[in-house]
This record gives sequence, C-alpha cells and structure tokens, in this order.
Amino acid sequence: MHKVYHRIEQIAGNVITVRAAGVMNGELAQVVGTLGTSLAQVIRLDRDKVFLQVFAGSRGISTDGQVRFLGHKMDISFTDALLGRVFNGSGQPRDNGPDLDENRIAIGGPSVNPAKRIIPRKMVRTGIPMIDVFNSLVESQKLPIFAAAGEPYNELLARIALQAEVDIIILGGMGLKHDDYLQFRDTLEAHGALARSILFIHTAADPTVECQMVPDISLAVAEQFALQNKRVLVLLTDMTSFADALKEIAITMEQIPSNRGYPGDLYSQLAARYEKAVDFEGAGSITILAVTTMPGDDVTHPVPDNTGYITEGQFYLRNGRIEPFGSLSRLKQQVNGKTRADHRTVMNTMIQLYASYKETLEKQSMGFRMSAWDNKLLKYGERFEKEMMDLTVNIPLEAALDLGWQIMADCFEPEETGISSKLTATFWPKKTA
Amino acid sequence: MSDNVGSIVGINGNLITVKFDNPVTQSEVGYARTGETALKAEVIRIRGENAELQVFEDTTGLKVGDPVEFSGNLLAVELGPGLLAQVFDGLQNPLPKLAEQCGFFLQRGTYLKALDREKKWTYTPRARKGDELTAGDTLGTVPEGIFEHRIMVPFRLTGKWRVEEAAAAGSYNVDHVVARLRNERGDIRPVTMVQEWPVKVPIKAYAERKRPVEPLVTKVRIIDTFFPVARGGVYCIPGPFGAGKTVLQQITSRHADVDIVLVAACGERAGEVVETLREFPELTDPRTGKSLMERTMIICNTSSMPVAAREASVYTAVTICEYYRQMGLNVLLLADSTSRWAQALREMSGRLEEIPGEEAFPAYLESVIAAFYERGGVVKLKDGTTGSVTIGGTVSPAGGNFDEPVTQATLKVVGAFHGLNRERSDARRYPAIHPLDSWSKYPGVVDEQQVADARRVLRQGNEVSQMMKVVGEEGTSIEDFVVYLKSEFLDAAYLQQDSFHDVDGATSADRQKYVFAKIHGILVAKVFFPDKDAARKWFLQLTSVTKDWNRVAMDAAEFKQLEQRIDAMLAEVSENA
Repeated sequence: MHKVYHRIEQIAGNVITVRAAGVMNGELAQVVGTLGTSLAQVIRLDRDKVFLQVFAGSRGISTDGQVRFLGHKMDISFTDALLGRVFNGSGQPRDNGPDLDENRIAIGGPSVNPAKRIIPRKMVRTGIPMIDVFNSLVESQKLPIFAAAGEPYNELLARIALQAEVDIIILGGMGLKHDDYLQFRDTLEAHGALARSILFIHTAADPTVECQMVPDISLAVAEQFALQNKRVLVLLTDMTSFADALKEIAITMEQIPSNRGYPGDLYSQLAARYEKAVDFEGAGSITILAVTTMPGDDVTHPVPDNTGYITEGQFYLRNGRIEPFGSLSRLKQQVNGKTRADHRTVMNTMIQLYASYKETLEKQSMGFRMSAWDNKLLKYGERFEKEMMDLTVNIPLEAALDLGWQIMADCFEPEETGISSKLTATFWPKKTA
Repeated sequence: MSDNVGSIVGINGNLITVKFDNPVTQSEVGYARTGETALKAEVIRIRGENAELQVFEDTTGLKVGDPVEFSGNLLAVELGPGLLAQVFDGLQNPLPKLAEQCGFFLQRGTYLKALDREKKWTYTPRARKGDELTAGDTLGTVPEGIFEHRIMVPFRLTGKWRVEEAAAAGSYNVDHVVARLRNERGDIRPVTMVQEWPVKVPIKAYAERKRPVEPLVTKVRIIDTFFPVARGGVYCIPGPFGAGKTVLQQITSRHADVDIVLVAACGERAGEVVETLREFPELTDPRTGKSLMERTMIICNTSSMPVAAREASVYTAVTICEYYRQMGLNVLLLADSTSRWAQALREMSGRLEEIPGEEAFPAYLESVIAAFYERGGVVKLKDGTTGSVTIGGTVSPAGGNFDEPVTQATLKVVGAFHGLNRERSDARRYPAIHPLDSWSKYPGVVDEQQVADARRVLRQGNEVSQMMKVVGEEGTSIEDFVVYLKSEFLDAAYLQQDSFHDVDGATSADRQKYVFAKIHGILVAKVFFPDKDAARKWFLQLTSVTKDWNRVAMDAAEFKQLEQRIDAMLAEVSENA
C-alpha cells in the first residue's frame, strides 16, 4: 500500500508536487531529503498531481527524493503521558523524551454542535485585578491579548497559567524566540506546574509549516482532555505568527490575497481554531487565551481585526499594563453578578473615575488650573495605576475589591463617587483616624 | 440514488473538480462519496467535461477518482409544519437531533430530515373537492404553536389545478397525502404537508408586491423614532467589533413587533447562538404570554462550521421566511453577519481563480447582495391578506471602515442604515447607532416634525461641541452652550437605552410618542440661565430625572410624579418664570 514515489516535479517554497494515484486529500506522507526525513501533508489534488506541504521545509529535497504516503491524516498520540512533555509543531518530542505512539487521534476535527454547548457560568480567577475585577475571564472563553511587540505578553500568559484554577495547561508557542520558550518552561517548572502542562513549541527558527500546525495540535489534545471532564486552559502565543504562516503558504500556492497579502479565508481559519473554546454539556471545558501582536500597534491590521470579530472580547496590553479602555470581556456579565454584591459597582465606578482622571491629565498638560476635584482625581489616578493596574499586583478578587474601596475612600467623599448610598453604607471603609 | 455519476479529478480546499459523462445542471446538488460517507456539494461552475462543486463539508480523505453522484435537484429546503422553535444548521439539519445521533461533534456527511416524520398534526381541510386552485392557495390548516399553519398548493405547480380528492379532518403526520390535484392536461399530483423549494429562487406565489409603509416597532427608541424600520423593509447594521451589533440583534429578536423571528447566525460565534438557544425557551413573549421560542427559529452556521454552508444558510433562512409570509404572517429575518457570507463568496471565488474585484471580493458581490435583500418585502397574497419579510443584516467591515465593498454594496439596496460607531460604544453610549450618520427612508412612529426639530438640535449641538474643542468653554456663548447641553440631554435621556433593564430596555410605540413629545417640548423651549455652570447643573439633574422616568412603568404612580417634576423643572428656567 505504502508505495514510494521518486520523482518530485516541482518544489516551490515549502510545497512539493509529485505524480501519484489514490492519494487522499489531507493525507500525510514522509519525504526523504538530503537533510533528513520530514512529514508532509497533501493540500491539493489535481488529476494525478499531488501538492504536499513539507513540515520541515523544502530545503535539501532533491527532485529524486523519496515520497512515501502513509495512508492516514495528521494525528497525535493522546495519553496521560503527554503531561509534562514538550513537542514540536508536528508532534515530535523536543525534550529528549520517548516517542509516543499509542491511541492516535486526528487533529483539526469537526466543530462542536452548538446544541451541545452550554452558557458559560464559571469565573476563572487569575489574581490580576485588571482581569478579575474589571474584565473577568470566564471558563470556555476565547480571549486574545492585543499587544505591540516588546510588551510583556508572555510573562502575562505565564502568570495567568500558573494562577488559574484549571486542571491542564496546554501551551502552543508559534514563532517563539528560543529564550522565551525556555523561560516559559522554566517558569512552569519552578512553580511545579509543568506536571500538568503540555507544550507544543514552534520557535522562530523552525519550519513555517510546523507553525501552522501548533494551534490544531494543541486544541485537538485539549479537546480530548475536556471530553474527559477536565478543565483545560490553552495558551497560544503568538497568533500573528500563525497568520503569517498561513499567508506564506497561501502566497506559495498562488492564491489571490485579499488584504495586506493575507488569504481570503483568514477569518475562517482563525475562527476554526478559536471556536474550539467550549463548555461541553456534561463534560469539561476549553478556555483559550491567545496573544496577538499588533504590527505597528495598529488594531485595524487584518490579524487583530479579524480576531476581534471572532473572540469574546480582548485585553489590550499597553506600557506593561492591561488598558482599562478598549479591553473587554464579553462574558463578564455571566459571572460578575454573583461574586460579591459590590463587584459591578466597583468595576464601573473605578473605571469612570479613571476616565475622569485621564481628562484631568489632559487639562493639566494643556496648562489649565487644577481645581480641588482635579487634585483628588490626580491622587486617585496615581494610586489606581500603581495599586490596581500594575501587573505585579497579585491579590484575590475579594481583596482587590476591598482595595478598590480603600483607594476610593482615601481620595473621595462617598457621594462624590456616585455610588448608591445602600452600597456605601455597607462597603465604604470607616475612617481610621 | 441517482445514476448520473461523475468522478473527482481535482481537490482544492472545499472545491472539487468532477469529470462527468451525462448532463449536469448548474447549481444542482451532488454527493461526493468517500467510503461510507457522502458529502453534499453544489455545482458552481461547468467547463467542458468538468464540473466544479463546492463541498459543504471538510474534504479531507477524498481521493482523485472517488465517485460523485449528481442528484438532478437544486439545493432545496423542506417546508411544512414543525419548523418553528427549531434550530437548524445552514443546510437545514436539525442540530438537537444531530446531537442525539452524533454526540458532541458535527459529524460530516450526516444529513437528517428537517421535519419530524412521526409527529401528528390536527388537519382541518379548507379546500373542497372540485375547487380550482393555483400555487400557494390553501388546502387546509394545522395548528402550529400559536399560529394557523396553512398547507398550501406547492409553489412549484404552475397553472390551474382542480382538487380531485381532499383528506378529511384528522390527525396526520407530514407525509400523509392531504389532497390529490389534477391540472388541465390531466396530470395528477398527490400533495402532502411537506413541499421542497430551491433556496436560491424567491417564492412568488402571491398577487402583488406592495410598498413597505407600516412601521415595525423594535422598542429601541433610537430606531423607532429616528431611524425606523418598516414591515417588509430591509435594513443593515454595520459596525466594528465590540460596538454592539449582536446585542442589538438579540434585543430586536426579543421585542420586535412581528409574528415570527428567524435568527440566522451566519459565520459568527457559537456562544451567541447558545445564549439564544438556552435563554429563549425561558423567556415569555409579552404579546402571546407563551415562550419566546415558539415564535423563533434559528439557522446557525457558526464561524467554525464549513464555509460553503455559510452561504447556503442565509438562503435557507430567507426561504423559510418567505414560506411563513405566504401564510399572511409578518416575519423578521435577522442575519448576523452578511460579511461572513460575503467572505465565503470570496473564498470560493479565489479557489475558482476568478479575476478579483475590490479587496479580492468577486465582481458579482453587489448583485448577489442586492438579490438577497430584494427578497424582503410586503406582499398581498392571493386571498387578499398580506404578509411580509423584513430583513435586518449586520455587516462587519474590516477595520470598522464603512468604505469597504460589502458595506457599500449593502447600503445601495437597503431602506435604513444603522451605523454603529466605535466612539459611541467606547463612551458606553448604547445602542451605539450614530445619530448623525445613520438614515432611514421608512416612516416612523413619532411625529415627523418633532423628529426633524430634534435632529436639528443634534446637528447644532455637534457643531457647538466641535467648536468648543477649539475655543474652549469660555469662548462659547451661553446660547450655543445651551444648544450643546440640549443635544447631550437628548442623547443621554432618549437615544441611549439600557437594553438589560426590564422597563428601559423596551419602549413601546405609545410610550415613545408620549415621552418624545415631552422631550421635544424641552428641546424647543426657550430656557434661561445665569451662567454656564447653572445650565450644566440643571441639565445634569434633568437628565438624571428623565432617566429615572424611563425606568418606571407607564402605569406606575411614580411615572406621573417624575413627569410633574420634569414639568416643574422646566417651568423654573423658562421665559415666563
């Protein structure tokens, strides 16, 4: 069955063409080149011409190289032995551990029947006030972190991963710097979380095609764990690299680009991955947090733009802080009504006051005279940024709410905040002096 | 099973090229076989001996040489009792039944009948033996939820047909023959409660089309008062992500004053469909007192479901709407989002290697969009009653820029434009419909002159606010400043609405007339203040009282009290005071 083909007709980019019969669309093949053996996947069939994208790239493949079709689709072994391991984008170990070969599961499977989904109701606590208080993360949510290059997005991901109350963490790294990968691994290990983590890592030096596989492989494994009633957190960084890999393949295949060179199906491709986030009726869940770097800090760039239409909100990371404006968790209403009676009020009031602080700052920079109210706002804004927005702050939701009241009480009179007297009577801190 | 079989010669994504020997029809349905599975596909182009088909499923596993059976039929939907309260995918597979059969995932190649074959319906015949009928005439009725569902002469029958045999009243399932019809040529057709209709062809079994003039009340103030929608009209809601398109659609699906609402979730988040799916059965429809689900249908082809079926889903949806319109009902189709459907067209066009138009969308984008929106309308049926299909489509323009091809093509054919605006949504001014950029050609529920006055205040207020950014508050005259405050008041107290509040979230037409008359009175009143601070303070207070007023039921005692307070406040600062 596994016939070997020896004549490669065309090599363009990472795509090779051979003449072969009886090949399935999406089938895997082994390609032997002078630099070693690589997996390849059928991406197009035209009569007896078979187009394959070679995972390790086409460098070193000669026209008489060997192509052996394997008769099955891309798959990965799914066992508990995956935990604590590191793999590359085609599922091979990159941690010197043993190969896994039992219980192979297909990747990129069908989507979940909407009738089997339930409305998400459980909050994921992260210990970061800007998330817990202002834009609560909800189990089964898909949420990107929009950031310009250079922002500490990977540190943020790592922190959320360590603190979130989930059963399993899956990290899909795309186009990561090798140092960043090592840092992720070391951080997880240092906090004893590596044993419940699985890492699928594509570094910037690895072949592009593997980058494209990372989300699928990560999510296929996540899905299996979720079906076993586990709560899985999938971290994907960076989805812009993934989109760029798609772009590269599309251009190689001579597809007509739609917007800034990206293929016309960018939205569908991204959605197919993000929509794997799910809360199964009667089983576990998948929550997806993904980094999307914004080229030129431009949110209208096709990748963040399409992402925003797919995901359930977004976090803007700017100057090392999660921006309160623009950041949004579309699902927060599902959970923040039942945490504590003052949660929504604190959330809204503190943001409104912070917006006023920003206006005051503007006035100040234009040289206008500061009123007494302005001075109160300035004091408030500084404390808010230092004690709430700073990413090093690490406190549970309740403590963050208490802190919010304390900051407001230190800066304002109760009635100045516009909070109803019913709530201030209960929550407004008593003057200690 | 058809004996017209071709074989695959090429596969590119979800596009397959098939060599055929017997004639094939453009747009007919074919099934690509791989092992036990048959994948539904549609012919989209024929060249020489090859037909190109878009497959409605993932094509992984298909091989060159695999057989493709041509069915000879166009892509069609089943029409009959039992569609209401259902959830279908883009090809009309009932999703809950699919879940029973396949579990958590949508298994490809599984196609189920849209209508329940077991369920019995209480049939009351209306046509008698010997009656002469044409397509769309009523043969009998069955009760479906709160409606009388008409069993009609199939729309595809042309010419006159005489009833040869009519079933007696009784309880039948949908496949039961309820009449036998005979035409002049002597052809005999048995008619059941189910008929099929090709989705891409409009149903035209009516007497005439009429102009949409009757307002469709959505209970959203900014829409009904400023940018109204008519029954049988078509409108669009473009907006960047996070501006509230979907929330607006959800609110409309709850409150719209129509008989039936069909929500077509086309290429959007599954989570949003789930909310409708899980919450609507729990909510009561204020019009009927029954569950809201009884008047709702959902067609959902969410973003991760196969792309080709996304295009089919909007047509499936509008065809079902037209079917219920034929029963003299008012139907609202909410399509979220038409951009995803346009993107599906673009993907296919790219695979067909057609010459791309703007932003790589195909050149026929405009005509396809126009033809779709043209399926909305009010019709007078053959029995004299009227029915309507109203279409509201959201558009998701790339980068929130309305100059892109889908928004522009849509604007050409709709009667109302509700443009959502990022600045307004960032400022939490919901619904974020831009009051100056949006427009509507339909008549509203409120006095036109009053609305025109209010628009003038908004426009002038905007001019003043632009000016103030340059010259500051100090450089603005108090008269101008008051105009600005009036426009802000109108915005905060009337245009903005808390859609999650029980009372404020849904404002009836009567209440809108009443409240708007009061607000209009304030807008045109000559008011005097000693200085700007006093003016600002007075307007802030008025806004807060009016907002409270919006939040109490009209028949509550507090409603009158707050109204008196507003009157008293106005009297304090008016000329005569």
